[in-house]
Amino acid sequence: MGTKVDIANVSKTYGDEDDGDFVLALDNVSMAVQEGEFVSLLGPSGCGKSTLLYIVAGFEQPTRGRVDVSGRPVSGPGADRGMVFQDYALFPWMTVVDNVAFGLKLRGLAARQCQEIAREHIALVGLAGFENRFPHQLSGGMRQRCALARSVANNPEVLLMDEPLAAIDALTRNTLQEEILKVCDARAGRPRKSVIYVTHSIDEAVFLSDRIVVMTPRPGRILEVIPVPFERPRNDATRLAPEFQQLTGHIWGTIKSYVRPREGALS
Amino acid sequence: MLIALWEVAFRLGLLNPVFLPSPSRILAAAHQLLVTGELFRNIADSLQRIAIANLVAICTAVPLGFFMGLYRPFEEMMDGIVNLIRPIPPLAWIPLAILWFGLGEKSVIFITLISAFFAILLNTIAGVRSVDKSLVRAALSLGATRRVLITKVVLPATLPSLFTGFRIALGVSWMSIVAAELIASSSGLGFMINYYRELLRSDLILVGMLSIGIIGFAMDRGLQWLERRLLPWRVALVL
Repeated sequence: MGTKVDIANVSKTYGDEDDGDFVLALDNVSMAVQEGEFVSLLGPSGCGKSTLLYIVAGFEQPTRGRVDVSGRPVSGPGADRGMVFQDYALFPWMTVVDNVAFGLKLRGLAARQCQEIAREHIALVGLAGFENRFPHQLSGGMRQRCALARSVANNPEVLLMDEPLAAIDALTRNTLQEEILKVCDARAGRPRKSVIYVTHSIDEAVFLSDRIVVMTPRPGRILEVIPVPFERPRNDATRLAPEFQQLTGHIWGTIKSYVRPREGALS
Repeated sequence: MLIALWEVAFRLGLLNPVFLPSPSRILAAAHQLLVTGELFRNIADSLQRIAIANLVAICTAVPLGFFMGLYRPFEEMMDGIVNLIRPIPPLAWIPLAILWFGLGEKSVIFITLISAFFAILLNTIAGVRSVDKSLVRAALSLGATRRVLITKVVLPATLPSLFTGFRIALGVSWMSIVAAELIASSSGLGFMINYYRELLRSDLILVGMLSIGIIGFAMDRGLQWLERRLLPWRVALVL
């Protein structure tokens, strides 16, 4: 098992030091994600978890520090880091299958192969039969399934997810959590995905992760790194286990004092 | 109902037919203009000018709008000029247009072009700017290069704004073309209206005005229909 993502001494500031709206969004954050590991960034609004994710994705540059993915420094967005967004970010003018095949086409695969891989992943997320629908014809949960298929089909080195289930209703959310684990699992010819998952739901982080990185706001710092020992595959029984309740209770205990109402918080 | 009241008021001698003719007079006038072919000839002339002006406007304003929307430095360079020229009403261009192109076809097209151009330009810039940031980021994370990003993401995402621009452009085209034809032309609906003003034929003037209203309405509805056909996914953005 090698290191997939190496985040070293990353700081991010907005505004000038002596300015009124100076914000230290991330303060000297270091962490690593191993190959095939599922790591959640958990914390209240303003703890910089999304900022950190966007720095790994290459959408934002760190003020100090560096990020390496598979040993190569990150300098901008790229296909080696797949993104799943909270607002799905599906191309509204493309059907489900065209959305999923978008990245495959850019890799120069033959049209037939694109279709094959796209359909395989659409079926994997349970959207078989909806290949030719447009995103606006799908429910929120189905849209996120499609976005998940699009990212995974492109076979990135790391999957980055920014609160993907925050806008999904609670009942669908549980099902989708299991789907996410299923999709990230090892499959024929593909090892288990390395994932960085941003969330503010403790239950979600515990259910999905191998490790949880708990962050605190203002400035964004790592408070605690918590390993999650539960076996895989995880299912409803996992949620009901007393150890599960114990762990969520423990995390809430550490995080509680940092959750304060705050206006205009950055997430 | 309103039309019936109008007709009755006229029959009772309450309205002066020179100022406002009765509906039956307008119908008779429309019949006269249709039979002689005068109405169609003028409509065809006006439509042709509008078509040329809008085609030229689309071919120039859309690429310019894209460059201005995509490249900040270029936008900042052009912004001053555009915003200086934009508030000048198309009608204020008429004297200059006549000096440059003389009375006739070219002047009328030029005036119409100016009004259509800015409507399309501003909507194109706004469209390019308002492309959802997440879509751009999603495309980049799927391996899109800058060229792919512009052709496969920014361009389709801008299409709804382009359509809005075309619709507004067609609307303002009618406003400026009538004014231009009043002054600088010897054909077209604007000319026809002005010609009958000199003859005090308010019934024929009203036929011309109603024609503009009906054609403008039909064209707008046509574009709306086309938009629904070509961009069925647009509902996603409206919701």
